Amino acid sequence: MGTGIIWDAPAGGEARVALTGRWTISEVTDLADALAREAPRAPGLAIDLAGVEGLDTAGAWAINRAIQRWEQAGFGARLDGASPDIARLIAAVDGTPGAIKLRPDVGNPVVARVERIGKALVLQGRNITNFLGFLGHVLIVLGGTLIGRRRLRWHAVVHQAEAIGVNALGIIGLLLFLVGLVIAQQGAVQLRQFGAEVFTVNLIGRATTRELGILLTAIMVAGRSGSAFAAQIGSMKLNQEIDALRTIGLDPIEVLVIPRVIASSLMLLGLAFYGGLCALVAGGFYVWSELAMPPDSYITRLQEVILMSDFVIGMVKAPVFGFIIAIMGCFHGFQVTGNAESVGTRTTQAVVEAIFVVIVFDAFFAFFFSLLGYN
Amino acid sequence: MAMDVQPRAGTLPDDADVAVRVRGLVTGFGNQIVHNGLDLDVARGEVLGLVGGSGSGKSVLMRTIIGLNPARAGHIEIFGHDALDPSPSAQRALRRQWGVLFQEGALFSGLTVAENIEVPMREFLALPEDVMAALAATRLRQVGLPADAGAKYPSELSGGMKKRAGLARALALDPALLFLDEPTAGLDPISAAAFDNLIRLLKDTLGLTLFLITHDLDTLHAICDRVAVLGEGRVLACGTIDQVRQFDHPWVQEYFSGPRGRAAAHPATGKAA
Repeated sequence: MGTGIIWDAPAGGEARVALTGRWTISEVTDLADALAREAPRAPGLAIDLAGVEGLDTAGAWAINRAIQRWEQAGFGARLDGASPDIARLIAAVDGTPGAIKLRPDVGNPVVARVERIGKALVLQGRNITNFLGFLGHVLIVLGGTLIGRRRLRWHAVVHQAEAIGVNALGIIGLLLFLVGLVIAQQGAVQLRQFGAEVFTVNLIGRATTRELGILLTAIMVAGRSGSAFAAQIGSMKLNQEIDALRTIGLDPIEVLVIPRVIASSLMLLGLAFYGGLCALVAGGFYVWSELAMPPDSYITRLQEVILMSDFVIGMVKAPVFGFIIAIMGCFHGFQVTGNAESVGTRTTQAVVEAIFVVIVFDAFFAFFFSLLGYN
Repeated sequence: MAMDVQPRAGTLPDDADVAVRVRGLVTGFGNQIVHNGLDLDVARGEVLGLVGGSGSGKSVLMRTIIGLNPARAGHIEIFGHDALDPSPSAQRALRRQWGVLFQEGALFSGLTVAENIEVPMREFLALPEDVMAALAATRLRQVGLPADAGAKYPSELSGGMKKRAGLARALALDPALLFLDEPTAGLDPISAAAFDNLIRLLKDTLGLTLFLITHDLDTLHAICDRVAVLGEGRVLACGTIDQVRQFDHPWVQEYFSGPRGRAAAHPATGKAA
């Protein structure tokens, strides 16, 4: 016997509907539509389930909804030929619509838009105060660590240094090597027009030691390690590991943030030096092969054009950038709340803001040192 | 009793109507073997409770049956179909037939509870929005969630509510086979009893087959038709709870005859003992 519905609704008499076959979630729409065919009327409805071979919750829901509809209209509705289990299921599946809220209220779209803008503003304001609080806390703990009142976790520092610095040697070396090649090549093409190819060395030397080497290294570290800090700490927060640290009596800032900040600052110093060196080596290769300048004269020229102040300025900026990257990553990690999506958002924010703030500070340093007379 | 003590504990006769049949299953991680030639049958329409000490591989067994964990050897049949068949159509057909409740609910955190329940319906059926919403509401009521829970995100729910929402999602397609990983762990006794009643009702009315991992002795007594004890990489004993209780193995004896086991078996006298 196939799945079917037979209506028998004589005028003035009791409406009868007989269901046969299997009524499951795949057929629930048909069932609900078919049961709604007859409008409720006196004296009532009888649903014959004797031919039903299978019924699931969805089917029971559709039948219950039909019964509710007739009863709300003031007429009787009954089940015929239902086994006790099926009757129990139909009774248990309340078909009354609308009692349960399924989605968050959307409300007026204009109000909702204004509300979202307001919320974003308040959130940004709170973000800034939270960040200042976090920065202050980190500086206090850092100060305590430096004067020896708090323990420095050397093990964690070394571990982080490996992750931030040693493991990044390959990618940063390659990146800066390629950038060095590009600067040399593009510079040589332009300077050749003036017959001043030999000044390519000046370009390579000054551009990489003071600005590009440091900046590109910082951007790479922000992408590699700043994101990792945010994601690690964020996941730990979701997993209540941060709470666990606090209850044991450990300060999460001391355990998680300080080692990352110190390792990041130190490693960026080393990586920036190493990255600049890679760019210089690449430039050396280029001028050797294309401009036929032997390595020893390249090195001599470099010593003439690179001012000691350029090098020092670069090395002063590097740890500052490292500090910014670490503090941004850790801060956003601690701001994670609720769910996995929040980890993603905060990780993105950590990287974007770290790179942004690094560039802002770089511009600041450029003006600052110019004013001091180091051009 | 001798039937259950033989080496192939856990199997039913070959001609029995089984929902899940596991034969010679070997699983492991690296050098560590979790299951070594495990055999287990779950009859159609029964509630099988799986118990075992921590690390005995209960969750791994469940994950292997539902295809989340690779099997090193052996075979698994679900309703007569090879569950280890990797072809996409076979896997899709299998997934249409079962629902899974994970320990922590495993709700999709970016969707509301109601949207979570609608996910399987959207994936497998083409239902109108209003019917889907009504069915989602029905599921919510069925698992005993309060009226406003449907619009909430999982992060706004308590542990017990997450579990109920997870069950509502597992039930979304009225599966023939339901896997539950510790369904009552973390629930208060009243909610746990209500959960047991709910599962019993679903089983009686829908003819569900249930495979549940539990440590809740009350649940074992209240709803399980058979209990399988996992240990030493295989099924140590399997049968009704009274049969398993008689089984001579130190872990089984300690499990069922400890104060909690006695209390669950004899609610009136257990407290005195």
